[in-house]
Amino acid sequence: MGLTLTWLSVIILIPLAGLFLKSLELSPEQFWNILSSRRTLNALRVSFGLAFAAACVNLVMGSIIVWALVRYRFPGRRLFDAIVDVPFALPTAVAGVALTSLFAEKGWLGAPLAALGIKVAFTPLGIFVAMIFIGIPFVVRTVQPVLQDLDVEIEEAAGSLGASRWQTIVRVILPSLAPALLTGLALAFARAVGEYGSVIFIAGNLPNVSEIAPLLIVIRLSEFRYADATAIAVIMLVVSFVIIFAVNRLQRWAQNRIPVH
Amino acid sequence: MTIEVKNLVKRFGNFAALDGVDLKVNDGELLALLGPSGSGKTTLLRIIAGLDWPDSGEVAFNGEDALAQGARERHVGFVFQHYALFRHMSVFENVAFGLRVQPRAVRKDEATIRARVKELLDLVQLDWLADRYPSQLSGGQRQRIALARALAIEPRILLLDEPFGALDAKVRKELRKWLRSLHHEINVTSIFVTHDQEEALEVANRVVVMDKGRIEQIGSPDDVYETPATAFVHGFIGESIELPVQVEGGVIRLGDRPLRLAADGLAPGASKLFVRRHDMLVGPPGSGAFEGAVQHVRNFGPVQRAEVALSGGETIEIDAPRDRELRAGDTIGLEPRRYRIFAGA
Repeated sequence: MGLTLTWLSVIILIPLAGLFLKSLELSPEQFWNILSSRRTLNALRVSFGLAFAAACVNLVMGSIIVWALVRYRFPGRRLFDAIVDVPFALPTAVAGVALTSLFAEKGWLGAPLAALGIKVAFTPLGIFVAMIFIGIPFVVRTVQPVLQDLDVEIEEAAGSLGASRWQTIVRVILPSLAPALLTGLALAFARAVGEYGSVIFIAGNLPNVSEIAPLLIVIRLSEFRYADATAIAVIMLVVSFVIIFAVNRLQRWAQNRIPVH
Repeated sequence: MTIEVKNLVKRFGNFAALDGVDLKVNDGELLALLGPSGSGKTTLLRIIAGLDWPDSGEVAFNGEDALAQGARERHVGFVFQHYALFRHMSVFENVAFGLRVQPRAVRKDEATIRARVKELLDLVQLDWLADRYPSQLSGGQRQRIALARALAIEPRILLLDEPFGALDAKVRKELRKWLRSLHHEINVTSIFVTHDQEEALEVANRVVVMDKGRIEQIGSPDDVYETPATAFVHGFIGESIELPVQVEGGVIRLGDRPLRLAADGLAPGASKLFVRRHDMLVGPPGSGAFEGAVQHVRNFGPVQRAEVALSGGETIEIDAPRDRELRAGDTIGLEPRRYRIFAGA
């Protein structure tokens, strides 16, 4: 108990408190001015908006991947299962460089896309792609064990009671997976909001367009405007906390409907 | 609804789960499929339900080809061993599920659905649990809810796969009686799978004994117990003594010892002699067909169970009434009141 609290304090609470203290060097007015500046607002919008969109994409695609990995036996299944972890393991800078060269105008994927008039690298779309890349394992790894536990008999029962495949998925399978799906969504989102390494390579980092909030913090730090940096950090912290809290409540609500044995 | 199964074959790799099964189930009957695990009874049930498909053979409901339909169209109520209730739905919603997923054209209105679910919960005597979730119920309650859920769609046939297999002995006994009276009330053609002979004999109108993907015997509970058709059935149902004997020249031998038993009409060669444990009558040494030494004795309520080493080499267990106490070391004579001999080793 004591050890847990001490450790949590040293690792999490004290640095966070330091963050808040540092931002107190600013008057409320200054604080407000930093926050409401166009560049800050745009950076926050890019970070949170794209992270949420990427998490949603990951939720859908991740569910499909999990379904295939759990329910089907196909050659190379274990290999694909292992590949899911690559975004976890890869240094983010490596991922960023790889994605950038892939989606650059002359890259393997960038060239055909450019022919269609779609530019990915050095645009907000690039940030979106990077965020999807780093978020996918979170959805897959949280949902996988829950789906494995879900008995096929449940589906057979639904079918013999007259439910169509679609009704079985919507009324039986998805509600059973809901808590895990929400957790996966939250984790993927949190990771995407905080992602720095892979994004800055592919983003282009144009202020107001493709500049993410963590990068803005780094820029302010390199300009020795520490208070500005912490102000942005604090607001990110608060927004993230509110979102995680909301997801947590949602999750608990979903879980209460499925009391644990 | 009658069910007719013809020459059903189902293989899983090299393993023949069903090896040519023919079966006719009468309208309104309560039939038990009884057999050890791996005998194919569950596979047969799942094929009738449309949850599995045979490699060859026919399944017909009232003379109509059922294999042309999927599980969804067959209108069959299925009860799983592990209940398969929907965890995220209340008991009420579980039972209502089959009514809510009906095609819009035939779906009942909410009031009718509510009334019907209420009626079913009353039928299984669990109306007071409507708002609970499955995880808050006991095993016996869950299985009754699963049954109510299956009955909600007014199934043409009710299929139960080891319905009481996951329950403890006391609850199982209660539910057996309850299932029989329920069947009496709703009178829908029902088949249940079990490996528990007591359950099959107590609940069913007719019992189908299966082994290794084949049907060994079909008959009333009395038939399969009193006149087993094969060595397997005799060994599987009831507590039997099984002795390897040799029939030659009108004499039955156990080892090298001739038995004082009539061998009329028996084919010569290696055979198996079956006697129920309680059909071995104890007498003084020298009387009866067998002789043996009592090894040890345990008392079970009204009977004493004795382990007896027969002269001839085999050791058997007999159940004798307690009017004459047996003791280890006694030499006794044994006379089978009834016995059956099946040819083959």
